[in-house]
Amino acid sequence: MQRNPQLNQAGELQHLLSIEGLPREILTQILDTAESFAGVTEREVKKVPLLRGKSVFNLFFEPSTRTRTTFEIAAKRLSADVINLNIAISSHTKGESLLDTVANLSAMHADIFVVRHSSSGAPFLIARHVKPHEHVINAGDGRHAHPTQGLLDLFTIRHYKKDFSRLTVAIIGDVLHSRVARSLIHGLTTLGAPEVRVIGPQTLLPAGVEALGVKVFHDMREGLRDCDVVVMLRLQSERMKGALLPSAQEYFKNYGLTLDKLSLARKDAIVMHPGPMNRGVEIDSSVADGPHSVILPQVTFGIAVRMAVMSIVAGN
Amino acid sequence: MKLLIKNARIIDPASGRDAKGDLYIAEGKISEEFAKAERTLDAKGLVAAPGFIDIAARLREPGYEYKATLESEMAAALAGGVTSLACPPDTDPPLDEPGLVDMLRRRAKALTKARVYPIGALTLKLEGERLTEMAQLAETGCVAFSQGNAPLADTQVLWRALQYAATFGFPVWLRAEDVGLAKGGVAHDGEVATRLGLPGIPPFAETIALATILELVRATRARVHICRLSTAGAVEMMRAAKREGLPVTCDVGIHHLHLCDNDLGYFDSNCRLAPPLRSQRDRDALARGLEDGTVDCACSDHTPVDEDGKHLPFAEAEPGATGLELLLPLTLKWGEARKLPLTKTLARITSDAARVLGVGSGRLATGAPADVVLFDPAATTRISAESLKSQGKNTPFLGYELAGRVRTTIVAGNVVYEK
Repeated sequence: MQRNPQLNQAGELQHLLSIEGLPREILTQILDTAESFAGVTEREVKKVPLLRGKSVFNLFFEPSTRTRTTFEIAAKRLSADVINLNIAISSHTKGESLLDTVANLSAMHADIFVVRHSSSGAPFLIARHVKPHEHVINAGDGRHAHPTQGLLDLFTIRHYKKDFSRLTVAIIGDVLHSRVARSLIHGLTTLGAPEVRVIGPQTLLPAGVEALGVKVFHDMREGLRDCDVVVMLRLQSERMKGALLPSAQEYFKNYGLTLDKLSLARKDAIVMHPGPMNRGVEIDSSVADGPHSVILPQVTFGIAVRMAVMSIVAGN
Repeated sequence: MKLLIKNARIIDPASGRDAKGDLYIAEGKISEEFAKAERTLDAKGLVAAPGFIDIAARLREPGYEYKATLESEMAAALAGGVTSLACPPDTDPPLDEPGLVDMLRRRAKALTKARVYPIGALTLKLEGERLTEMAQLAETGCVAFSQGNAPLADTQVLWRALQYAATFGFPVWLRAEDVGLAKGGVAHDGEVATRLGLPGIPPFAETIALATILELVRATRARVHICRLSTAGAVEMMRAAKREGLPVTCDVGIHHLHLCDNDLGYFDSNCRLAPPLRSQRDRDALARGLEDGTVDCACSDHTPVDEDGKHLPFAEAEPGATGLELLLPLTLKWGEARKLPLTKTLARITSDAARVLGVGSGRLATGAPADVVLFDPAATTRISAESLKSQGKNTPFLGYELAGRVRTTIVAGNVVYEK
């Protein structure tokens, strides 16, 4: 097996491609650094000069508003220059290959590429072909990984629960198509959460998911019992078109989070969602806007976490 | 020309012969001893074996000349000791009409290198709807009919195709893969695909399709060869089918004898193959099946892909690996891991492959075609873009040090490759 392509010779973070395979120390370093940046975003002058003179290229081969915006804000707060490229509607449709696009941008002296792509593994391919001083941050690749989302989820959990060593976490919904779920599972198992559950119908759970270190539940009520953290996954409406699910209504009935079902979890449980939410499909508004919900703080923490990741890779 | 090969370790799997000796070649055939040779090759330290028969090698002509040409791939074949090869019909246009097959045969013949046996398309344009003119294609030289990797979704068409082929005794070569179950998949549906977030192809995509094919063989008695088994379940089904006496044979690609889904590593697109690399358990079952004869022969499934086709995210990369030059080293590696005698190891790419293909080569008996390879079983090669003659440099074995180096390749008594 090849060396972990995310780490440099010294074992430091060169690219952030996936949470899988990252040692606990690096995850903790990112979370601690994010903690220190959380203060910056509260200040009157929300800038630090860590990435002054550096260029961050937001390379989005798949449309995204939220993730791209939070990366942009994070980069600007680090004083970097940010260039947004919406490749989904430019060169890709003109037939230029992924690596040609990257080579061209590299010639424009990029320091950090933030990459989102609909195909699993695309950021690994890019990382193999960039120059040694360039860094790649995966902003979501296919079903594979969304490490900064995973990290901001970890940050949120740590913020509210302090310690991972006694937590029961349930991840609910479309795990099959979810890069968010995969990243969070790897993060939680690395940081020592003793019980990670995935809950969903068989059609939305990937083959051999237990091998990731999770317990599988098909009955949501059973799976929610005594949970400290409840993570809802987005269910895309296109899933109802094939043979995966019959309808949004039936899905909500079985796997939508309501106050009633949430009452089975611990009293102080937190509810998370990577967004954008489908109210009435995977989550009821009374929960999304209720006292257990930490969905908006997740977004705020996301900026600090992305600042942390960018400053760490750029420093290595 | 009278050719004498001296001091060789002669291995003829068909007869079980493994002995030091001299090999005589005259008029393109293996000959009795003669007094005066026009040329003598000293093969001290080398094995002399029948030239290898690769029953699946894509030469990419017509249509994909930017990936490879007859010239480049024939050179690769000879460098790999392959003296006969069968090429699947999935060219562009596919080998679905006699004129195309005839042209390919003429082009190949003009190169006077390895013997090329075209496999004709089973359906027009490989679209799985209308039958090709099999009898006419057979007259132009097609030795069997196949869909290549193209799907055949309609079981009615498959049934009719087998009935029609059985009428004339034509063999049909099929991949066993259920179209619906394989749709969109790029990797074995298991832990690795789950971790990497790659759409999976479940193992029962193969066994369900195989069950359908076997049932149709029972009904039609067509001679069917199953191409590129990938699952333990399919090996077990083939074992039972043979015990039952069905007229079926099968093969395995050399990559699937050694690699499994774990080798995908960090999205190595050279491991994007069709069928996908499956679990270790499947790999071990294939290696065992080839040993006990359930799987009749090994093949390279040679598929040269250009860099642009592989420098893509895993799921978008074109499937396939270059293999003609790895057929010997990877077959030897399999035999060594199973602790088999060379006669048995080499049988799977000589006499057994000849039996599947229905040709008279693949043996060293007097009177047989003088297709011979001399190779050094111990000499190793580090596999690299430079070491490969094939235009395709796409192999998961780049950087591997593999034993088994071909020194001389002889086709019909002519020395066509020497190193």
